[in-house]
Amino acid sequence: MDLVGIQIIQVLSGIATLALMGAGLAVIFGMMRVINFAHGEFMMLGGYVVIVCTEQFGINLWVAMLIIAPILVGLIGLVFERILIRFLYGRMIDTLIATWGLSLFLIGVITWIFGNVTRGVQTPLGSYSFGDYSEKTYTLVMIAFTVVIYLAIFVVLRRTKLGLIARGTMQNPSQASCLGVSPPRVYMVTFAIGAALTGLAGAILAPLNTVIPTIGVSYVAQAFITVITGGAAAFTGTVLASGVFGAVRQIISFQWTPILGQVFLLITAVILLRIFPTGITGRYFRRST
Amino acid sequence: MTGLLASGWRFDSNRHGTWAVAGVMVVLLFILPVLDDPLLLLQVRYYVSMIVLALSMAFIWGFGGIMCFGQSMFFGLGGYAYAISVGNIGESTAPFFLAMIIPAIFAAILGYFMFFGRLNDVYVAVITLAVTLALYYFINSTSGDEYSIGKARLMGFNGISSIRKFNWPGDPKALLSANHLFYFSMGLLIATYVGLKMLLGSTFGRVVVAVKENELRAELLGYDVRLYKLTVFVIGAAIAGLAGCLSINYKNFISPNAFHLSLAAQIIMWVLVGGVGTLLGPMIGCVVLLYVSFILGTGASGGGLNTYLIFGLIVMIFVLAIPQGIVPTLRDWREQGGRYRRAIAGAVLNLAEQLPAPGNVHVRAFGERLLGVLGPTAGDRTKG
Repeated sequence: MDLVGIQIIQVLSGIATLALMGAGLAVIFGMMRVINFAHGEFMMLGGYVVIVCTEQFGINLWVAMLIIAPILVGLIGLVFERILIRFLYGRMIDTLIATWGLSLFLIGVITWIFGNVTRGVQTPLGSYSFGDYSEKTYTLVMIAFTVVIYLAIFVVLRRTKLGLIARGTMQNPSQASCLGVSPPRVYMVTFAIGAALTGLAGAILAPLNTVIPTIGVSYVAQAFITVITGGAAAFTGTVLASGVFGAVRQIISFQWTPILGQVFLLITAVILLRIFPTGITGRYFRRST
Repeated sequence: MTGLLASGWRFDSNRHGTWAVAGVMVVLLFILPVLDDPLLLLQVRYYVSMIVLALSMAFIWGFGGIMCFGQSMFFGLGGYAYAISVGNIGESTAPFFLAMIIPAIFAAILGYFMFFGRLNDVYVAVITLAVTLALYYFINSTSGDEYSIGKARLMGFNGISSIRKFNWPGDPKALLSANHLFYFSMGLLIATYVGLKMLLGSTFGRVVVAVKENELRAELLGYDVRLYKLTVFVIGAAIAGLAGCLSINYKNFISPNAFHLSLAAQIIMWVLVGGVGTLLGPMIGCVVLLYVSFILGTGASGGGLNTYLIFGLIVMIFVLAIPQGIVPTLRDWREQGGRYRRAIAGAVLNLAEQLPAPGNVHVRAFGERLLGVLGPTAGDRTKG
């Protein structure tokens, strides 16, 4: 019984991790159709913000994680939207290559500043025991954060004017422009928000992973696969895809090895995309977000 | 249509250019060994194996329009296929072919899911990236004794060392000498280049380019787009596998770093900088950038700040300012630039007519009427 309980929690945490990784990308790629291959590096930056804030400046972990990281990474995203991305809207492959160049550049900068060494953030809150097993309490907190973040995204997109403008502009920029909205500005703000969400995800995941300059590579592939398999309705899709992949990966990892878990995640993705080429939500949930 | 079918098996538009480039390589083939500098020959063999890799990417991306983010996986698979089979067989003829066949089979399976699932360019890029990562992690985790194929252990992150070099076919004792290895590698490079040129000039090659220019139109004309893309992908994988096998014969060693993304990234950069849609450009881009990364003091697997930082900058600048790459840009300058640009381009491209212009292949081949059907502008109009 304890074993089943701990496995359920691990599956949930696997799902939450993928959903967290995918959140920012669901905004930038899912909504804006901008391929951001520097996604993993934005997450990596979020992790480094937490490390610098807590170790160098002694700022409280939660403040650094939940407030400073998203703001700083959002600002960095804003800067690169202005000097790089905005020239490339609508040119998908060019965006892909340019943002991948950006990712190399960010890896280079961070390696230059911090060196190519593994850093870590101590996991807060200790652990709790579950029968014979013990698990980090922070895992539960991470799951809770994910749920809150997604609820917030849904509320903002569906219930506020800001969300309405964003969704409208993505659907039909020229129509939105006729109604007095400035699409370039909406794109700019949306990209920055996406980057902020990505930084937040990186910060929240930092205590559970090690932080090295090249960590982004391992994030970006999983995040993209999740969002792509999710399909047209970016957020609903990302949640659904995280559910499938998180479960597959955790169960396989538990039975065999984490490496096989990754491999099976990938196989599932390729097969799902063969069945639903436009993603899980491509066929059924066209109208939701 | 008759134009397409009648075009047959021949070189693309500019056969002089093809012969000029091939000629330069043949001259190198004969001159370099005469210099009697073993170290130079060794270096050149390394560059040659990488140029073959660059050609594979130039072919599938520049002509097939397939943005593969993990061309290094076929390079690695080819290398491992050679290393494992030569360890088991003790003779290099069959392993040499296996190094191309295994990546080709893998590409066929992966490509079936991607192209017959009709995934678009971006999805293809992401999936190839993810598969490469998965292979990298998997091979890294195979250091235990239980991971062995026949007599050959996979050795995980340690890599397989002291791999047998090529021998004369059928005679395991007669290993090729350094000079012979050079002739063999260089000869294969020339064969690959000329072979790809011939392929691109054939009916098949023209359809491939047509598919890249406008998938929908090509499909409406009755071509099975999925099959053409799959074939291009498989051919590219076989060439990359060949490159992997050649690179093993240079260093007698293979490690999971062959799958590493930094190599995959460099391949894309060679093509991007040299020029997407040419074969010559990526070859030049490959040599120049390999030399740059050599100067910066790191190899393909290096993690230094400078390589990442500078390559990142190069990529961003090229996408923003010179998205076509060097060779096509110079060609444009020569034809349409102002006085200074024309002079610069003319000076750089003083082989003038000798540079191949495969980007124009179908335009010249099909003439006015079919240009309207398959030309890039017409395609944009339909899509818009």
